[in-house]
Amino acid sequence: MRELVLQRGIVLGPGGPAAADVLIREGRVVEVGGHLRAEKVIDCDGMLVGPGFVDLHVHLREPGQEWKEDIESGSRAAAAGGFTAVVAMANTEPATDAGHLARYIQERGREVGLVEVIPAGAITLGRNGEHLAHLDELWKAGVRLFSDDGNTVQDAGLLRHAMEYISDLGGTVAQHAEDPGLTRNAHMHEGAVSSRLGMQGIPSLAEETIVARDLALAELTGVRYHVQHVSTAGTVELVRTAKRRGLPVTAEATPHHLALDHTEIEQMDSAYKMYPPLRSAQDVAAVAEALRDGTIDAVATDHAPHAAAEKDVPFEEAPRGVIGLETAAAVVQTFVAPDPVTLFERMSLAPATIAGLGEHGRWLEPGVPANIVVFAPDVRWTPRRFVSRSGNSPFLGRTLTGRVMATVHNGDVTYRSE
Amino acid sequence: MKHFLTTDTLSREELDGLLDLSDEFVEVLSRPIPKVPALRGRTVAMLFFEPSTRTRMSFERAAKALSADTMSFSPGTSSLSKGESLKDTALTIKAMGAEALVVRHKATGAPWRIADWTGLPVLNGGDGAHQHPTQALLDALTIRRHFGTLGGLRIAIVGDIRHSRVARSDISAFSTLGAEVTLVGPSTLLPVDLTGWPVVTAEGIDEVLDRDVVYLLRIQTERGGASVLPSLPEYVSRFGMTRERFARMPDHAVVMHPGPMNRGVEIAPEVADHERSLVESQVANGIAVRMAVLFRLLGGEVADA
Repeated sequence: MRELVLQRGIVLGPGGPAAADVLIREGRVVEVGGHLRAEKVIDCDGMLVGPGFVDLHVHLREPGQEWKEDIESGSRAAAAGGFTAVVAMANTEPATDAGHLARYIQERGREVGLVEVIPAGAITLGRNGEHLAHLDELWKAGVRLFSDDGNTVQDAGLLRHAMEYISDLGGTVAQHAEDPGLTRNAHMHEGAVSSRLGMQGIPSLAEETIVARDLALAELTGVRYHVQHVSTAGTVELVRTAKRRGLPVTAEATPHHLALDHTEIEQMDSAYKMYPPLRSAQDVAAVAEALRDGTIDAVATDHAPHAAAEKDVPFEEAPRGVIGLETAAAVVQTFVAPDPVTLFERMSLAPATIAGLGEHGRWLEPGVPANIVVFAPDVRWTPRRFVSRSGNSPFLGRTLTGRVMATVHNGDVTYRSE
Repeated sequence: MKHFLTTDTLSREELDGLLDLSDEFVEVLSRPIPKVPALRGRTVAMLFFEPSTRTRMSFERAAKALSADTMSFSPGTSSLSKGESLKDTALTIKAMGAEALVVRHKATGAPWRIADWTGLPVLNGGDGAHQHPTQALLDALTIRRHFGTLGGLRIAIVGDIRHSRVARSDISAFSTLGAEVTLVGPSTLLPVDLTGWPVVTAEGIDEVLDRDVVYLLRIQTERGGASVLPSLPEYVSRFGMTRERFARMPDHAVVMHPGPMNRGVEIAPEVADHERSLVESQVANGIAVRMAVLFRLLGGEVADA
């Protein structure tokens, strides 16, 4: 019998955090209480035991760019970060724009068996912004979130039709918001640092104009709309206002946008190159505050692995993106320090709801699937290497507070910290 | 001094020291045989990843005047066009025996990366729109030799500041040496955020004709000129150093330009050739300051100079 007890932790149940043991049997939580016994035990003294994290936004690079990462190495990295489910973006090669591709990714994830891998579907064929992707096929293959991530759907008329169609299906349109007319030849946030370095800047408006347009279209079509990687105070305000008006809008922020600002780029190190770019300190504060107050629903890593040689070039020539799965919870704990309930709401519950994943993101109580993370909020550690095939992290070598100690997926331990 | 990458971090003492040394090399260059054996047997490589005949020739002339050997790299015919990485190219040139690298690259920060990779002394010959520190040194030397000092001088820099590595390097050097710097240009060509810059701004060139130095920058049409200016004649009317405007400048004032000049756009031909134009001195002084920097980085013996 597959049995496991997580002992003496602070368990995140429907009634809030409470000291207890958790008994897991055959992939489900069967009891939460005192003095529970099983052959296999993990001591969780002083640690938070809660629903496994769910990442709405990862790049696993398979198919097409397996030298950067593949579903297996990405799943290992996810498990090491406390995740039990991840949503794989559609910018694979080929793009995930048809049912068979979505099924392949899901099945490959199941074969690896470390986390649930759910593909996002492309909104347009090849993510080229010209024709709708095979939306119905994707839906039937289990896709619930649609995004051309990496690209923005620029054509407002096409996006309107996509929203109408996806709304009929019951899915969510997620947008990487970036107006290319405002980002041409640009590599970092437009501001004092870009001016000093002589680099073309990406103004905050490049994100905000697209979000403003999309919110109007979402209101017109009634679709559930999700803003990916919010980076500016202006976007936060747009989302806040839309939510107040009752629109079905959600938003995510990455750990790096919650922690770092554009002054990091003074050293011109390509480990800090990502889109949207690191913004001003005021933006970082606004995004962090929005995560605390729930305007931003979820933390999502935008885990974007690249090979070392691809990043070991001058900043402007480096590909955009940084990895994030293995440091996400620690970065959030270090820089935002939410209370335990808020931490799990933003990293487990809300993303599971947005991704349409009923088996994840549930407060621990008898009967729920055993997708669980054990997180030590006070442990200090310094990432020196990664499980991911890639190491392009701005947090490499930085001391963080909060560490994932164990991950349980469908009742099996998929990660234990050394 | 391990590298020469930016003027941002140089103190007044360091700048003055380099200018003093440059003065000595100006004297060397005026001799019948303008050459010293200071760096005999040493090898300097020119890594110009974007085209620049003038700067490369100036550095080569400087190296040769110090009796150094030079190696030259041009991207058009190199293995870079076959896909070799910048890092491998730099390491290959190091392995061939280069002891110092002069680097020009279109990407901001490329010389810093090459310095990290190779560990060799690197001279920034221009990176993106970021820094061109030997240009700043030659400009400062030219001004100092003309006025005796930069302290208390009022200098206006006019034109495409946003895309100008010359302006960024000059602003730091000039202000560190005690000059007051004013920037003039259309807002499409000014940096978006001047927070922390030791400068003031003016609307048009007519506001700065009372300055001691008016430094005119080239309008870089290749950097998207069409979308930042309605037309060149409009630019001339607001920002061009025409003959009429030059006539309104005080008698002691001078004009400068880093070249190559667009005659008739940022500078009228008669002004460019006027005796109060320091353009030719800038070019000549460029060799002396590059000698000074190479000499410092490669640790030549002072006695040889």
